[in-house]
Formats: sequence, C-alpha cells, structure tokens
Amino acid sequence: MNAPIPEFTLPNPVRPRFERGDRDDAVIVSIGPSHPATHGTIQVIAMLDGERVQRVDVHCGYLHRGFEKECEDHTWHNLIPYVDRLNYCSGLINDFAYCEAVETLMGVEITPRCRYLRTLLSEYSRIADHLTCVAASLMELGAMTAFLYLVMIRDYVYEHLADLTGARVTYTYGRIGGLARDLPEGWLTRLSEILDQYEVFIARIHGLMDRNRIFIDRTRNVGVISTADAINWGFTGPILRSTGANVDLRKDAPYLAYAELDFDVPVGINGDNYDRYYVRMREMDESVYMIRQLIEMLPEGPINVDDRRCTLPDKRLVYTEIESLINHFKLIMEGPDVPVGEVYTAHEAPNGELGFYLVSTGGGTPYKLHVRSPSFVHMGGVARMLEGYQLADIIPTFGSVNMIGGECDR
Amino acid sequence: MTAPILDLVETQLVLPGGEASRSHGMLAIVVPAAAFLDSARRLKSEFGFDLFLDVTAIDWPQRTPRFDVVYHFYSTSHRTRVRLKVRVPQDEPVVDSLVSLYGAAHFMERECHDMYGIVFRGNDDLRPILLYEGFEGHPLRKDYPKLQEQPLVPYRS
Amino acid sequence: MAGTTIPIRSAGAPSPAFEYFSTKKDEFVGWARKFSLFPYPFVTACCAMEFMAVSSSPYDTDRFGAALPRFSPRQSDLLMVVGTVTHKQAPILLKVYEQMCEPKWVMAFGACATSGGFYQNYAAVAGIDKIIPVDVYVPGCPPRPETVIDAIMMLQDRIAGSHHPIVTKTF
Repeated sequence: MNAPIPEFTLPNPVRPRFERGDRDDAVIVSIGPSHPATHGTIQVIAMLDGERVQRVDVHCGYLHRGFEKECEDHTWHNLIPYVDRLNYCSGLINDFAYCEAVETLMGVEITPRCRYLRTLLSEYSRIADHLTCVAASLMELGAMTAFLYLVMIRDYVYEHLADLTGARVTYTYGRIGGLARDLPEGWLTRLSEILDQYEVFIARIHGLMDRNRIFIDRTRNVGVISTADAINWGFTGPILRSTGANVDLRKDAPYLAYAELDFDVPVGINGDNYDRYYVRMREMDESVYMIRQLIEMLPEGPINVDDRRCTLPDKRLVYTEIESLINHFKLIMEGPDVPVGEVYTAHEAPNGELGFYLVSTGGGTPYKLHVRSPSFVHMGGVARMLEGYQLADIIPTFGSVNMIGGECDR
Repeated sequence: MTAPILDLVETQLVLPGGEASRSHGMLAIVVPAAAFLDSARRLKSEFGFDLFLDVTAIDWPQRTPRFDVVYHFYSTSHRTRVRLKVRVPQDEPVVDSLVSLYGAAHFMERECHDMYGIVFRGNDDLRPILLYEGFEGHPLRKDYPKLQEQPLVPYRS
Repeated sequence: MAGTTIPIRSAGAPSPAFEYFSTKKDEFVGWARKFSLFPYPFVTACCAMEFMAVSSSPYDTDRFGAALPRFSPRQSDLLMVVGTVTHKQAPILLKVYEQMCEPKWVMAFGACATSGGFYQNYAAVAGIDKIIPVDVYVPGCPPRPETVIDAIMMLQDRIAGSHHPIVTKTF
C-alpha cells in the first residue's frame, strides 16, 4: 500500500477575470507566462470557442522589478543603469530621455555635438529595436531565415556600439549634461559600412516576406484596430501610425536635433499586423537616412557641457586640484543637486511615447521617478486586437505589438 | 512657446479650490476631487485632449492631503500636453475613474492602485497588475521598506 | 612471513571488469547527453537579447548541440533561466523545473538569475538558487555570447564527467 503522495500546490499569482465561458464547451487556456511567443513574461488567459478567441485577459507584471522604488534610493547618476534596462532593445533612447528630463529640471543645455550624437544614437537604437521586433515576430511565424539575417545585422550593430560604449545590450552611455565618452577613431567609417550592409540584408527580407503568400495570409486583416480605438486605448508609436494616424513626437514636438532633419513618417492603411510590420521596416529605412544626414552634420566640440553641477571634472584636474576633487566627490557620493520641481519629458521610443515624470525635492536623489511606458499601455489595449480572431493569430499580433517586458512591468 | 490651447484651458478649467502653474513648459492644474471627472470630460470633448498618457501618484507623508494623483493628457490635434493633479487624503484615497472616457485608464489605474493604494471609483477591476495576489501593502508609499520581500515560494534551505 | 595476504578491495566490492565497463558506459552516456542538450529558454528580461544572439550566427550554439530549444519542460533537459525572476514569476519557475524529467541541468544566465543582479528590493528574487538548484552560473549583465558558450562548455565537461545511472538507480 503506497503512502499518499502529499499534494504539491503552488500559489497562483493572478486571479483571472472569468472563470467559465458562456458556453459549456468554451475552453479557457492560459498562454504564458513562460512562453516563447509572449516574449517571456505576459500571460494571456484566453476563452476559446473552438479555435476562435472569445475573451482575453492579459496579465503582465511578471517582470516587475521594482524600478521606481529602487530609483528613489539612488542618486540621479547612479540610476542610469536601471533606466537602460527598461526597453532593453533600444537602451540608448531610455538613457537620453531620462538625461534630458534631469537636464530640463536642472536648466542645463547640452552641447551641439552631444545633441547631434544623441539623435544619431537614438536612431541607431531604433534600428536595433525594430530589427529585434521584426526578427522575433518573423521567427514566431516560422521564418527562421529572416530571423537569422536580421539578428546578424543586429549583431554588427551591437558590436559597433560595444566599441563605443563598452557593452552590447545595456549601455549606460548617457550622462546628465552629455555622454560618457566621445566617438573612437574610425567609428563613423564603420557606421557607414554597417548601414550599407543593412541595406543588403533588408532587401533580402523584403524579398522573402513582402509578397509571401503565407505571410500575407497570416498577417493581413489580423489584429485590426481603428484609429479611434487606438487613441482611446492609448496606443502610440508604430501601432498608432499603422492605423493611419500621423502622430510622431519627432515631428509634432521635435526634441534633440530632429527639427533639422529631413525625414518622412511612414503611416499605414489598415491597422493590421502587416501594416505594423511594414511601418517598422520603413521606419528603419528612414532612420538610416537620418543617420546618414547626421554623419554629415555632426559638429566638432566637447561632448559634455562645462557645468560643475552635473559634469564630472577631468581626471587630471581631480588628481591635482582640490576643488575638482571635492566636486567629483560630491557628484559621486551625493549626486548632482537638482532643484525642486517636476518635469515630464517624452521621447519617441521605438514602441511609442516613452515619458519620464520626475519629481525632485532638491538634493541628489529623486523623490519620485515614474516611467510612462508604451508597452504597458499597449497591454491594456491589446485585448481589442486579439478578441474575435483565431488562437494562432495571437502569435503574429503579439509579435507586432512588440511588448518589451522590462518596459511594461518596470 | 506654449500652445494657445493651454491659455484657454488655464482660464476655463481652473475652478475655485484649484490652482494652475507652469513649469518647464507644461501647464499643471490642481483640481478638487469632486470636480475631477467633469474637468477630464471637458478636457477630452471641448479642448481635444484625446490621448490619455499616464496616471500616477506622489506620496507626501508629511502633508495632510497625503497623495497627489497626477494625470497627463496629450492632444494629437494641438500637439501639446497638460497635467492634472488631484489631492486625496490618506484615510479616503478615492478618485473618480476615467474608464468611461478612456480605455487606457483600465490598466493604468490598476497600476496606481497597486503601487499606492488609490481607489478609483468606477473602475470595477482593481486587481493587482504588477504585483501578485497575496501581496500586502503598497510598495511605492514612502512607509513601505524597499527590502521587505513577500515570497510566494519558500526558499530552499 | 608466509601466509598472510592483505586484501586490496573489501569483500563485496564490484570487480574491476565491472567498474571498467561502468566507467565506459558513463563516458558514452555522458558524451551523448552533453552533445544533445535541449534547452528550455525560460526567458524573462534583457538577457534574452544575448540569448537570441548566442543562438544565431556567428556565435551559434548549434555547434555544441544545444541549438534546438524545446518549449515544453517535458521534452527538455537544460533549463536556462534567462533574466530576472521576480516573486510573481517564482511559482512558474518552480513549476517548470518540477515538470522536467531527470536528468536535468539548470543554467542561471545573467547576473539577475545568479544573484538578483542589482535589483535588491521587494520584487526580485535574489538569485534563482533560492528556489531551484543550479548547475552553472553565467555572470554578466547581460553576459557576452562568448561567456555563455564558455558556460555551456563547462556544463558539458560536468555532464561528461558525472555518473549516469541509466539501468538501475546506481548503474
């Protein structure tokens, strides 16, 4: 007689919204939260009628790492690595958006070279993010070749950025008042080479995917959302643009050097998955065009603004002068002294509007730091794009929404 | 260079008991809690602030209305933003919910409730979204210690 | 002195021939298992970018036999925990680990899986070895693909040198 096996129960971290379907044969399936197609950390509880999705309950929060609470304990400088890991596919844009928010609060104006370089690197990061998104969503549809091509190009970009910043994925390159270091020798030459190779690879992807019957069947008229719905549910970025709305912060409220650049904003027609894929592909082309203009326009000059409140002094001075030593010490130990106030700064991240809301009560640490993350808001509205379609349509739709867990859950 | 719509908003939306200020290019209006839903409705329908960006709260433990619930709106037609603040006390942190106006409010209000404990009257789905079932407390309040973990799975010895 | 013999082995020990055969069996099974790892990529956060990079050219894990991910715990033997595990995700990690069949190995990929990284707060688990036993830790935030390959090779050395009971509990 065997001893009774003790029941091994694990607590369920979420409470789904519906317990049973309205029909006896409706099946409730939990997709995720450890699932390749939901990019790891989203749980989609779907009520199915056969293969058709009737209702969907999206659960996020499985990657909530306590970013905002953690930041209240660090100085304004020390929390830049945390900011990096929000949208980890395009780490530089987070850096620059945050640094610009603090610079606005402090009243610091960055140098022209820094402004152009930040714009160039933002567009470079946008390319990396869109490459990752398109690669992952194509792989989930079965197109391994396209994935391998895109990840190869993305690897060139990563190695190139590692030349500049020291890291491949999470750079921590932005500083309050400027950047960590200037461009190394030959960096711009290699950049032009990578952009040329990018065009070769992207032409292959266009050839593989654009008129591919299977791809069109799986993505055309799937996950459709109208402009009014999209704005009501808070969508921004390529998803809103794929519905036909011309909303882009780089044109509407230009920041950094975007006002001086000549570029188009690709806009879709239908609001379906195919449009989102194509909007992202065209946005990458526009980014390449912008980077080529910026390489010509990049001025000479210092990277960091010469302001003792936020910029670390030169190492030679730190070791020889007492004022620089104390300045360096204070900046590292206590953080830059940011005046009392609050600011909301938003940049056009590859996913949409990435906003930083900072509240400062003086001193070197933030009182409150809130991130308006586009992925989180999109998770609220993605149910509209999933309900009514097939179970297998969840995969391309989720891939096209580009939910990044670090940004969604913070 | 502020948009002319903001001047209109400032003159028309500031009610007795509220105040308006501009900081770093953004108009911030403090609205009394009772008039909040009407102000938001006017912002959306009359002034064209159609994109609901964000709701969060600030915890001022030393001040008497302890929480500042902060809303950001964006207008795609006027291309500008506005900030709305509502002050709520600690013993009754209740604000009207915006789910009737914006679908985006569902998730964002759930997050604010999770982190601060603000109750949104009218949003019937305030389940934990970033935290999990069984988590007690509201972590972003200033009196919640950062290192206080509430593990769901007992640690291996 | 005549007559006394000192035994080399105790009375019930298996014979040298058996031990030789058993060692060869372990080597063979170890070789087979180490070159056919089926990872379950338990992907959560930023390390996913490096996991994608190490799975594709030019860092290819297919050279090591560890290319085909199996997204079902029943079909995989290497649980790669890629990224931060939070308290909300911990029951899921434990469930996936428990559902895997023996033999199974766990790789803690990245600083967050190894020790919690720099997230020391209410939400993140300070290292997955608080929940499941770990075989190899990969440092880095995120680790370079070469580091991951080094970790796979280290794990392969461990698999090659360990005891593989396949017929009974001891043999």
